Order: sequence, then structure tokens, then C-alpha cells
Amino acid sequence: MDISYRAWKVFWRNFVVFRKTWLTNIMFNFLEPLLYLAAMGYGMGYYIPAIEGMSYLQFLAPGLIASSAMWATCSECTYDSFVRMKFQKTYHAIVATPVSLDEVVVGEMLFGTFKSVLYGTVILLVIFLLGLVQSPAALLVPPVLVLCGFVFAELGMMWTGLVPKIDTFSYFFTLIITPMFLFAGVFFPLDAMPVIVRQLAWLIPLYHVVELVRSLVLGQLSPGLLVHAAWLVVFIAIFFYPPLYLLRRRLTG
Amino acid sequence: MTAVVCARELVKKYNGFTAVRGINFVVRPGECFGFLGPNGAGKTTTIKMIHCFIPVTAGTLEVLGYDVGSHPREIKARLGVVSQEDNLDPELTVEENLLLYAGYFDIPRGEAVKRVRELLAFAGLEEKAGVEVEHLSGGMKRRLAIARALVNKPQLLILDEPTTGLDPEARHMIWEKMRQLKAAGVTLLLTTHYLEEAAQLCDRLVIMDRGIILEEGPPEELVRRHVGREVLELAPVDGEAVEILAKVDGGVLAHQIIGRTLYLYTGNGRDTWQQVQGLTGRFSHMRLRPATLEDVFLKLTGRSLD
Repeated sequence: MDISYRAWKVFWRNFVVFRKTWLTNIMFNFLEPLLYLAAMGYGMGYYIPAIEGMSYLQFLAPGLIASSAMWATCSECTYDSFVRMKFQKTYHAIVATPVSLDEVVVGEMLFGTFKSVLYGTVILLVIFLLGLVQSPAALLVPPVLVLCGFVFAELGMMWTGLVPKIDTFSYFFTLIITPMFLFAGVFFPLDAMPVIVRQLAWLIPLYHVVELVRSLVLGQLSPGLLVHAAWLVVFIAIFFYPPLYLLRRRLTG
Repeated sequence: MTAVVCARELVKKYNGFTAVRGINFVVRPGECFGFLGPNGAGKTTTIKMIHCFIPVTAGTLEVLGYDVGSHPREIKARLGVVSQEDNLDPELTVEENLLLYAGYFDIPRGEAVKRVRELLAFAGLEEKAGVEVEHLSGGMKRRLAIARALVNKPQLLILDEPTTGLDPEARHMIWEKMRQLKAAGVTLLLTTHYLEEAAQLCDRLVIMDRGIILEEGPPEELVRRHVGREVLELAPVDGEAVEILAKVDGGVLAHQIIGRTLYLYTGNGRDTWQQVQGLTGRFSHMRLRPATLEDVFLKLTGRSLD
């Protein structure tokens, strides 16, 4: 591994471009979680008396912070990264300077993480304005979104290192990201699920993010939250090297 | 003076395919050194090893006195690279592209702003400074790519097929910029499959084909050594080209037969022409012209460059 402060230069490059294009890029991405909140929280929630002693809207809202953070990072580190790598040849341009390929990959992941924090925090603000934030502990949500972002940035970049063409990302989304979105506790608690499902949930990064974010927004603090955070750190450690290896193999092998 | 690039028995293999098969060459300070050859000759692969993009399989490769395997950052800090494919940042303006790139080299902001101003003037892009790259013409993009590669004041500028895909006017503009750089003392290393480009710009060149270097030297010397001054192209209406060959002598240095056409490389075109005119038999094509690098390539490989 060949990583220094220069990885931030790659982050900065993406940030400079983002600053120029955010208005067109960002609006629709924010709209989607709000549509879910309206349709399922208000609409369907009307027929759901209560979940864990709270309204369905209240239950769902923090989950959508986690899921929109995940989606934002995943699309950044798959489609957007792939376009930079394959079509714009941005990586080739950068590695011709003292910046290494490993730093390019880490910089891309840092930027993917930024997307998670940005999107998740904006949804948090919307939820706050709707009166659905119950505790100042919600201020700890952005750090959780950093962990969330880094995990999914790594997973996304792994696929960017693997896929033969841009269409192949649909496998990643259909087989990995969408199931996580639906079954990691965003829409319903996993407590009523069979034991095996609850145990498997521990292997799903989004599950830990949802648990953390929901607890912080609701002010349900417990030492168990540290276990969830520790799991995310473990995921980050495990998945750090594979994207570096795969992209090196892809571009210079 | 030490060599800018020094390759010894350089080999590159990709998944069992050998793209570069043990080549040796030296690029000297201040010269324009060219790699001439058809697509797939191994030119771009060699270039990529020089700018530390892909690892060397075997042999040694030193750039500016550093080994490419152990000191890529030191080398890359002193190189400029203009790649074959456009890899500018399309969403950013001309000026933003240059400033951002200066950042990769840790050039302080004030110094970067100063250099960017100079480079905009050099590339003739002052009026386009605030224009997004996606709105530039192909020739302007290439000039910007060259300007960007100069932002760190490189000791060696590498250009991979610098004028491929450009119209003639844009091509001559790029050549002029390259001559300016050469005059300013920048060592240039370029790959091309345009013989005119190689002949116009290179002090020395190597002719590559299928991963090996076939020949090395100054362009005009290579032409003289291999194919003399002139080439007589002959295509007989009847019979085989090889039959004519037996009937000409004197002044013909070498020959090549491609399809039905005989190429006679001669030191004295007028003599050879008269000799051929004295022959019986008709020709569907008969032409005497000055010898070029393409003839050298044709003679060495039996194939044309395209």
C-alpha cells in the first residue's frame, strides 16, 4: 500500500467538480427519501397503529437517514467512479503526477464517504424540521454516517474494480444494496423475525447503521451502540484492502 | 551528462502476452526522441513503464537517474505526461484544470497562479481560460493537455501520439509548440505512427514492431542507410514484380515487394528510372519519389505503418 496525505487531493478534485454541478446532481437524490417518508410514513403509517410504542412515521424517519446515506455513497463509488475511471480517464491523469493509484482509490472512497454524510445529514435536518428528532444525541449521527459512508464506499469501489462494463452494477444494486435497504430494519424492526434472520443481520452493515441512527435520533442510548459502531469499524478494516487490490489489478495488471 | 531515460533488456508481459521483448535505448538530455511503429508495436506500453504507470516485468529502466520500481514519486514529480486519450476534467474550466493539476504536484497556490498564466499564453488559450473543457475543440484540448503536463516544469515531457485524431492545422500548431519546448531545452519523448511527425520533430528515433526495436538513429540517417535517396515504385501489367528485379542493377540498394508492387530503393533515381524505361513490358504504375521513413519501415518489416 502506498498512501499519504495526497489521497485528500483526489477528494478535493471531486469536491471541486461537485461544487460546480451539485445543483443539478443533488436535487433528485434528496427527493427520493422524502417520497418514501411521505408515502410510507404518512400514507401507509396511517394503517399501522404503532411500532415499538411510536408512530410508524417516527420509526421510519431515522431509518431513511441511514438508507439515503448508503444509496448516495454507493452510486458515487460505482457509477460516478466508473465514469471517471473508464470514460474520463481521470485516474490515469492523476497517477501521472506524484499521486499513487492507491491514493486515487482512497480519495474516491473519502469522497464517497462525504456523500454519505452530506445526504444523511440533510435528511436528518428535514426530519428535525418535521419534529421527529427526539434527542440532542442526534448530533452524533454525522460521525455514524462517516462509518456508514466508508463501508459502502469500499463495497462500491470493489465493484468498480470488478465489473466489466457499467451495466453490470445493476447486479450489485439488485442483489446486495436493495435487499439491505429492504431487510436491514429500515422499514420494520427485525425483532419479530426468526432467530436466524436476526443473527444474519449482524453481517449486514446497514443494519448497524440503522440501529445507531435510530437510537441516536430517539435518544435511546445504551452501551450496545458501541458494539454496533465497533462492527462498522471491523467492516471498514476488512474491506479496506480489496478495492485497492482490485483497481490496481484492473488498471495496471 | 547522464541519460534522461535508460532501458536495458526491458521486458513487459501481460497475462502471458509479451508486449515488449527486451529492448535497449537511451534518451539524452535536450533531445527529441521518438518511438515510431504501428499500433501494437509496444510503444505505449514502453511509455507507460517510463511514467511508472505499469510495472516492469524484467530488465532495468531508469528515468532521470531513478529506478522506476523503487522511486515512482520522485520520477513522476519531474515528468510531464500527455496521454493518447483525452483525460482532462471536462466539467472544469481551462484555468481550473491547470490549477487543480498544479495541486497534485504540491505547487504553492501563488506560484501555481503565476505558472498557469504563463501556460495559458504558451498554449494560446488565454481567451478560453474561463471556458469549460467540454466546449473546446480537439486541438485546443490537446494544447491544454500539453500545458497541463508542463505545470510542474518537467525535465522530460512524454507525448503519446500527440496529434492523432487532429486536423492538419491543429497538428501543425502542436508541432510548433513542441519545437518551442525543444528550443527551451525540454527533453521530449514521443510515440507516433505518423512518419512525417517523426521526421519533423525527432533528433533520434527507434522503429518498433511487435515488441522489439528494429532500428535506431536520426531519421535522415535511417533513410539514407536503408533506402537511399529515392524510391521507384513499379507495378507491372504482366508477369511478376520479381522478374523485373533480375533486370535492374546498379544504384539499387534494396527492394521490397508488397502485393504486385515492387519498391526499388536507390541512391540514384534517374539512372534506375532510365534503366527501367529500357525494359520491355508495361507498367500500370511507375513513380519516382524521395525516400521516407515509411520506406525504412516497409523495408524492415514488409508491412506499412497503418
